[in-house]
Amino acid sequence: MSIEIRNVKKVFPIKNSTIEVLKNVDLKISDGEILSIVGGSGCGKSTLLRIISGLDNATDGEVIIDGKKVDGSSKKDIGVVFQEPRLFPWSTVEKNIEFGITDKLTKEEKKERVKYYIDLVGLTGFEKALPHQLSGGMQQRVNIARSLINEPKALLLDEPFGALDAFTKINLQNEVLKIWEQKKTTLIIVTHDIDEAIYMGNRVVVMSSKPGVVKKEIPVELPRKRNRTGTDFAYIRRKIYKEFFEETEV
Amino acid sequence: MNTDFGLNKHLKSFLYAIWIPAILVILWTIGSNTRVLNNSIFPTPQKLFGAWYEMIISGKYLTHVISSFSRVIKGFFVGSILGITLGTIIGLFSSAKKSTVALIGMLRPIPAIALIPLFILSLGIGETSKVAVIVLGSFWPILINTIAGLSTTDSKLLEVGTIFDKSKRQVLFNIIFPSAAPYIFTGLRLGVSSSWTCVVAAEMIAASSGIGYLISYGREMAQPATLFIGVFSMGLYGLLIELLVINLQKKAIYWIPNSK
Repeated sequence: MSIEIRNVKKVFPIKNSTIEVLKNVDLKISDGEILSIVGGSGCGKSTLLRIISGLDNATDGEVIIDGKKVDGSSKKDIGVVFQEPRLFPWSTVEKNIEFGITDKLTKEEKKERVKYYIDLVGLTGFEKALPHQLSGGMQQRVNIARSLINEPKALLLDEPFGALDAFTKINLQNEVLKIWEQKKTTLIIVTHDIDEAIYMGNRVVVMSSKPGVVKKEIPVELPRKRNRTGTDFAYIRRKIYKEFFEETEV
Repeated sequence: MNTDFGLNKHLKSFLYAIWIPAILVILWTIGSNTRVLNNSIFPTPQKLFGAWYEMIISGKYLTHVISSFSRVIKGFFVGSILGITLGTIIGLFSSAKKSTVALIGMLRPIPAIALIPLFILSLGIGETSKVAVIVLGSFWPILINTIAGLSTTDSKLLEVGTIFDKSKRQVLFNIIFPSAAPYIFTGLRLGVSSSWTCVVAAEMIAASSGIGYLISYGREMAQPATLFIGVFSMGLYGLLIELLVINLQKKAIYWIPNSK
């Protein structure tokens, strides 16, 4: 699925004045690509994802998906993974994942699909567990499975591993890449972790704050699977760091 | 090994719960037998339990208990249906909430017991007026908590419904109602204890049976033992109902760990 963001602007009213969160954002994401968006907090990167997914409306500009303009009511083939797992505490792992299904399926088909995705995210054996019985990483796996179950053509991930420890994070990054290799889903990952952005993305978009604008696009032409400690990786990392710290000379 | 530990724990918490009441009973026994406590107000434990035993044997006690319980069940049933239904409507629709907020604020502080004379005048002295008091007594806490539960659904969970294109009905039954369940249960729990208070009050004013009746009869006939049977029964059944509701709550709200 290709996604095109044309001149998107977002303004929030605050008390008597307004604040410009996004200003003239233009981006093109081609089918099957992984785009990483990095930026500090408050740069509007999450707002941008919310606009693409239709949870928020742009003040100006448009989002075009596969050649069609997005409006609130159109049925989207886009999955969203939030930073918090947002699971229903009263439902089992199975039921939480099943909630994601939007297609009309028979009971048997649903059961089969749920089983497939539980397996895909490595949660077999935890079907009947309740969210509070799972670790943060496992809850996030459930969240990802719930979004994948519709087989969306694009998946938007909003700081999906931000609340996890370093080991679980690396683990889940690899899992998501594995799923991407199988399904070739278009991925947009919003993150404040520069290493994550480079490790995951075909391209890294650097955004700056107040107002949120696209500052730079940096292609990551490294083969998968990428070596986080390699010199090429470090070279790109240095390039991105320079984008953030040039003004303040930290 | 494990079960031993569990039993020990139960025994321990039982002992913790019982030691203060046990001391009170001992003080009461000593006080009433040495006549430090006035016996025409505080009967000795021997006299109280003797009278209680006689009343149980004659079958009168059971009649009183049953008539109180049947009033509570009827009143609580109607009160909770009304409370949950109206609470759902008010909680879901902001126009309903805005239209009722002043009315609720005005009516709620009036204790159900204060309306007993009005109920007797309008509904007569029979069962209906007593049940009406209980309906009202259980209605308020259930209504207020249902409204709170339905209007405070986590917007992050509601967004999950939006993302997956769920219908209003699916959102209501899969997200809003389960989120509200702990609140509704708290309302039911407060409602049932309020019902119990109301039934006794109603029976003390106008009844010829029931636990409240035992209390007012004991007072009129200067039979402190009868009065105390009523008072102790209130406490005893109140405690049993509370324990029952807590257990039901644990089963119904199974997803909240260590819910008490």
